Amino acid sequence: MTAPLLQVVGLSKHYALKGGRSLRAVDGVDLSLHAGESLGLVGESGCGKSTVARLVLRLIPPSAGAIRFDGRDIAPLKEDALRPLRRDMQIVFQNPHSALNPRRTVFASVAEPLVVQGIADAASTQARVTDLLREVGLPESFLWRFPHELSGGQKQRVCIARALALAPKLLVLDEPTSALDVSVQAQILDFLQDLRGRLGLAYLFISHNLAVVRQVCDRVAVMYLGRIVEEGPVEAMFRAPRHPYTRALIASVLPPRPSGLPEAPLAGDVPNAADIPAGCRFAPRCPLRMDRCSRDDPALAGSDAHRVACWAA
Amino acid sequence: MSLALPRASFAQRHAASLRQWRFFAWSFGRSPSSMLGLAIVSAFLLVAAFGPWIAPYPLDAEGAMNLANRLKPPSAEHWFGTDEMGNDLFSRVVLATRTSLWVGLTIVGIAGAVGVPLGIAAGYFGGTARAVIMRVTDVFLSVPGLVLALAIVAALGPGILNGIVALSIVWWPGYVRLVEAKALALRNEPFVEAARAVGASDLRILAVHILPNCTSPIIVKASMDMGLAILAAASLGFVGLGAKPPAPEWGAMISVARTYMPNWWWYAVFPGFAIYLTVLGFNLFGDGLRDILDPKSNRG
Amino acid sequence: MNALLEIGGYRLAFDGFEGRAHVLDGIDLTVEEGETVGIVGETGCGKSVLARSVARLVEMPPGRVLGGGIRFAGQDVFAMDQRALARLRGHGVAMIFQDPMTYLNPVFSIGAQMVDVIRAHDRAEGKARRSRAAARAAAAELLGAVRLPDPGRLLDRYPHELSGGMRQRVLIAMALTGTPRLLVADEPTTALDVTIQAQVLRLIAELVAARGLTLMLISHDLGVIGALCRRVVVMYAGTIVEDATAETLFGAPRHPYTRGLLAAVPDLARPGHRALAIPGHIPNLLDPPPGCRFHPRCPLAIARCAVEKPLLREVDGRRVACHRAEEVAA
Repeated sequence: MTAPLLQVVGLSKHYALKGGRSLRAVDGVDLSLHAGESLGLVGESGCGKSTVARLVLRLIPPSAGAIRFDGRDIAPLKEDALRPLRRDMQIVFQNPHSALNPRRTVFASVAEPLVVQGIADAASTQARVTDLLREVGLPESFLWRFPHELSGGQKQRVCIARALALAPKLLVLDEPTSALDVSVQAQILDFLQDLRGRLGLAYLFISHNLAVVRQVCDRVAVMYLGRIVEEGPVEAMFRAPRHPYTRALIASVLPPRPSGLPEAPLAGDVPNAADIPAGCRFAPRCPLRMDRCSRDDPALAGSDAHRVACWAA
Repeated sequence: MSLALPRASFAQRHAASLRQWRFFAWSFGRSPSSMLGLAIVSAFLLVAAFGPWIAPYPLDAEGAMNLANRLKPPSAEHWFGTDEMGNDLFSRVVLATRTSLWVGLTIVGIAGAVGVPLGIAAGYFGGTARAVIMRVTDVFLSVPGLVLALAIVAALGPGILNGIVALSIVWWPGYVRLVEAKALALRNEPFVEAARAVGASDLRILAVHILPNCTSPIIVKASMDMGLAILAAASLGFVGLGAKPPAPEWGAMISVARTYMPNWWWYAVFPGFAIYLTVLGFNLFGDGLRDILDPKSNRG
Repeated sequence: MNALLEIGGYRLAFDGFEGRAHVLDGIDLTVEEGETVGIVGETGCGKSVLARSVARLVEMPPGRVLGGGIRFAGQDVFAMDQRALARLRGHGVAMIFQDPMTYLNPVFSIGAQMVDVIRAHDRAEGKARRSRAAARAAAAELLGAVRLPDPGRLLDRYPHELSGGMRQRVLIAMALTGTPRLLVADEPTTALDVTIQAQVLRLIAELVAARGLTLMLISHDLGVIGALCRRVVVMYAGTIVEDATAETLFGAPRHPYTRGLLAAVPDLARPGHRALAIPGHIPNLLDPPPGCRFHPRCPLAIARCAVEKPLLREVDGRRVACHRAEEVAA
């Protein structure tokens, strides 16, 4: 097997709080992503999945850990050293309505990466931007429109065009369809699938929607309170989930058909990331809790393909 | 800014902007009070621009003496009556408009030029820069503006220029506060993160993404401040620390006129009404601008 | 069975800069006492405006009723005076919304807000207002009814101290203060995580059953609708396109849009099933397509669809608005 495109080891992001406490948004995450692969990162709000996205792209500096991109650790790099590397990794945000500067035309937004990176000269920029729009299925007439004149799906396509402008190897997709209608979501998912096939992109696909992840990802990692609790091939994970939290997540998904009263598989709320329970962080909500769970913190273990952090698994 | 980019045809590029402007005009026109504000502000600007041609006795503004005519009540010949020197009050009120416009623009211009960059820097960079800028701003904001301005003019010596300097010094912190809050909110917008993800420098982000999205509240505040700055300058004139008679200035005129109240009421009433109307006009205009520029009231 | 809510020929438009947007175009819907009705559709289909219309919460202008009307328990909602309206909101119809934080005042404690609501309801119902202490006790009881732990202490906490799921429970408790007959829930769990969503949906279902409430649940999520509703109404671009029992609608949809919508949802239980997009996009309501509003995107459209607006009619045990409903394979 070749070296992964992205390898994250022991990644942490802690924020200091008043009174000497710290908020552990991301707390020791390991993951790897090969070129052309699509990895889903799922979890509920506040689990740290969006923070992982920002760390991987080095939009924020990590507190600890290594982020090897193309074999090079980018965790300690400063902004000037990162700038050339940014061509290879781009991001698409959840809410296309706020991901485009409302005062700039589609052309200006999509051309920005080219201008910033000094790639295209003035003459070729417009041709390149027109090509990018065509790539995402938008006509040339959109060049001079403003974001408020576009629908949600069209805005998201513009965001994807901007992310593709630098021909990246890795695309981080942070909930790319959760602000869109289902009929539009299906269009964007189709398009993203097709794009990956054609351009050989690697996706880090962040989502809370398991059905979407199952459709577009090769592997899935489940996050809970800043830590990955289970990771494996998408089919194995959904067919035979091993972590009780993964099972609860899957059980919570409501199928699009009459299903009767949903069972609430978990009681209580996710604890605060400033106050992570000792031992296994899922233990207070876990239906399979044993004595050991509130003492020892389980590490991600198992065969290379399917790993789980649980004493009961 | 992205000035190196090629330009398509002007109409193509600006079709969307034109639509946006038509929308602004439409929603502005739906509010009677905004339209009244616009009318007053327009009249104020026209009078300021064409004052010398409107005023029937332009020389009276310089402080000519015509004692035979002193303190005449309003008449067909002297619409606003005459003052204690026999000067035509209508001419003096009209010509003072230009002084007020100039005073207002200068104060707001200097306050914005100082306050906006500081506010943007404080909001975007945060950390120590923000702490220092905001604490200095707080010190200024914690002292009543006019009192501080009075103290400064008292130190510099009375005069219209010193009045402007003093008012500018007390005026900029408001802009820092306004822009800092806006920049702080914009800093975490996904489109700013997207710009950072492609490697845009801080300078570029500030110029292209932060500043243009701060302009709406700045314009609204500036238009309201025009009225308030004119009022403040007139107050300085009134207490004798601003413009000096016979230079035509509303506050200074009222200052002299108050000794002629109530028998020669017109002397104080007309300059006072001019101040009132101007401040009201800029406030209504600013309110109208806020209604159309506020993103929440935009169509969406 | 009694018709609790009767909406007949209801047409609503919004006047704006670009003209008049026809957001609801002849809505006919009768809800019987005790029904659980789900209203599903995508952005701009008019489902939220319809829900707000029931409690006359649509601002007019810019809104404008172009025709038809709404009757609640036999009374014309648009003819009500302020007193009757105050009684309707809360005592007749209670609403809960997507984002609970927007509907809670951040500077008052939960208890203070609930006491105010309880006393306001007393007044609206023409009863003597309870004392603050009695209202506080009633508030604690309601918080217990929505399964919030330790209601007594919760009353002294502030909205920002609660999680999203807890806030939504507080709003549900507040909605119950007036002992309403109809609960209108507009995307009540959209802002919540899936594990919390399951808890809140379960709570709503239990309250509806225990208190004999009629439920009108507005959602874009077919899973949420399928979990709670016995009857499903599908809306598209301001019209009702299909209205059937949940089994019929999910099992054998007759309207091409319903079919498209069902096919577009990725289904975790059917991994082989690839979500299919509906081509095109939702119409501009300023200038809606003539005839059937769905025809520009419809795979089965014929010439007639572009000319003649299909009316809701009975086909195969459900109401459907499609000229070709009989031909749509079950």
